[in-house]
Amino acid sequence: MLKIENLHVAYGGIQALRGVCLEVPDGKIVTLIGANGAGKSTTLRTITGLVKAQSGSIQWDGEQLLGKSIDRIISSGIAMSPEGRRVFPDMTVLENLKIGAYLRKDRGEIEKDIKWVYELFPRLEERSWQLAGTLSGGEQQMLAVGRALMSRPKLMMLDEPSLGLAPLVVQDIFSIITQINRQGVTILLIEQNANMALKIAHLAYVLETGNITLSGTGAELLANEKVREAYLGKHKG
Amino acid sequence: MEFAISVLISGISVGGQYALIAIGYTMVYGILRLINFAHGDVFMVAGLLGIYLSASLPLYLALPLVLLLTVALGFLIERAAYKPLRAAPRMSVMISAIGVSYLIQNTATYITGGQPMTYPTIPFLSDTVKIAGTSTKWVTILTPVLVLILVLALTQLIHHTKVGMAMRAVSKDFETAQLMGIRINTVISVTFIIGSALAAVGSMLYFTNFQAITPTAGALPGLRAFVAAVVGGIGSIPGAVVGAFIIGICENIIKSTQFTVFSDAGTFALLILILVLKPTGLFGEKVTDKV
Repeated sequence: MLKIENLHVAYGGIQALRGVCLEVPDGKIVTLIGANGAGKSTTLRTITGLVKAQSGSIQWDGEQLLGKSIDRIISSGIAMSPEGRRVFPDMTVLENLKIGAYLRKDRGEIEKDIKWVYELFPRLEERSWQLAGTLSGGEQQMLAVGRALMSRPKLMMLDEPSLGLAPLVVQDIFSIITQINRQGVTILLIEQNANMALKIAHLAYVLETGNITLSGTGAELLANEKVREAYLGKHKG
Repeated sequence: MEFAISVLISGISVGGQYALIAIGYTMVYGILRLINFAHGDVFMVAGLLGIYLSASLPLYLALPLVLLLTVALGFLIERAAYKPLRAAPRMSVMISAIGVSYLIQNTATYITGGQPMTYPTIPFLSDTVKIAGTSTKWVTILTPVLVLILVLALTQLIHHTKVGMAMRAVSKDFETAQLMGIRINTVISVTFIIGSALAAVGSMLYFTNFQAITPTAGALPGLRAFVAAVVGGIGSIPGAVVGAFIIGICENIIKSTQFTVFSDAGTFALLILILVLKPTGLFGEKVTDKV
C-alpha cells in the first residue's frame, strides 16, 4: 500500500502541493482528478523521486520513499508511464520494452514479460522492429504502458494516458488498464478525462490547487454534484 | 603520383588521430549538450603524462598508466566541474568547461615551465616503412586501422549492450531514462571515461609524429577535432569519424602546396561551407519525433 501524508512540494517558486494526504490500497485502481495545475503530475513525480518534497511522508509497504534515489524507488516495484508518453523515438519498439526492464537481471522472465505485453497489445508485436518515433499516438501510449509494465511493477502510475487520443483509442487503453489491474497490478491514474477515469476507479480523489478536497469511490464522485459541475461539464439539472 | 599518395596517407593518418579526439567531443555533446572545451587539454595532459611516465618507467608500463590516469582526469573533471551544474543553464556549464581548460593549461605551464617537451619515441610506431614507393612511419599506417577497430567496438557497445542502451536513452531524455531506473550520473561518467580513453590513445599516436608538447599543444588539434565533429554532425559518432578524415586529408592537401600557412583557415572555410549547405552537419541528428 502507498500512503501519502501531509505532502508539501514547491518548485520554481510555486507551492505545488500543500499537504496532500492519500492512500492507494493494494490491488485497486485509484484515480486523481483535477484541473490543470492542481498538482496531479507533481504528486506522481514526487512519488518517483523526480521532484523533491519539502515535508511530509510517502510510505510504500511501510518504507519511507522520500529521500531515496529514483532507481531504488523504481526497483521497489513502482513504475510510471509519463505524461506525453515519452517513448524513446530512436529505439525500436522492442528496445523500448527492454529498457523498461533495465533494472531486472532475470533474462528468461523478461522474455516472458515481453510476450505478455505483446498479448496485451498485439499492435506492438506487429511493429516490434519499427522505431518508436514512427508510431501513432495511440500506439506510443500502448508502448509507454507496456514499457512501464516491463519492470513488473506492483504499482503502476499513469499520467494522462488519454491525452490527445481519439475516443475509440482511449476506450481501448482504459479497458487494458482494467485488465492489467485484474492481473494484480495496483493502478494510480491521473486524468483530465474525469468521466472515463471515475468509471473504472475503485477509489478517487479530487485535487484542487495542491489540496485534496474530495474523495470517495469512483461511483460516488461520478454522482457528486460539485464534481459533475466542475469536471464532467454537466450543469445543474 | 607518389607525392599524392604520401599526402593522402598522412592525411588519413592525422584524420584518424583527430577522429579519436572528435569522438570525445561528440559523445559528450550527445549526452549533455555540452561542448567540452577541456577535452583538447585532456589530450595534451595525456601527452605530458606519456613524457613524464616513460622517463621513469618502461613503455609497456608507462602507456597503460597514461591511459588510466587520463581516464581518471576525464572522470574527475566531470564530477568536479560539470556534475554540480546539472540543473544550471547550459551556458554556465560551458563557461565551467572553458575554466577547466585554462586551469589545465596553466597547471601544465607551471609544471613544465612552459618549455616544449619531447615525446619519447615508441619503438615500432616510429619505425619507417615503404608503401607504394613512399616511405612513412608505421604509426601512419596503423592509425586508420586502429581507429576503425575502436570505432567498430564503440558502435557495438552503444547498440548491443545494456550500458549502450542506457547511453542512448539518456542522450534523448534524462527524466524518462531515470524512470527506467537508469542512473544518469553513472552513464555520464562512462561517456567521459570512453572519451578520455580514446583521447589518450590519440595522444600516443599524434605525439609520436609531432613530438613537441607545450601546454597549449592540445588547443589546435582539439579545435580541429571539434570542427571535425561539427562537420560530421555533432552528436553522431560515425559523423565525427568521417568529418575527422575529411579535415585531416584537406589539411594535408593544403600543406602540400605553397599555402601551408593557410591550412587551418582552409579547415574553417570547409566548416563554413558545410554548415551553409547542411546546417546539421553531414550526419546530423535526424528528428523522428511524432507527437
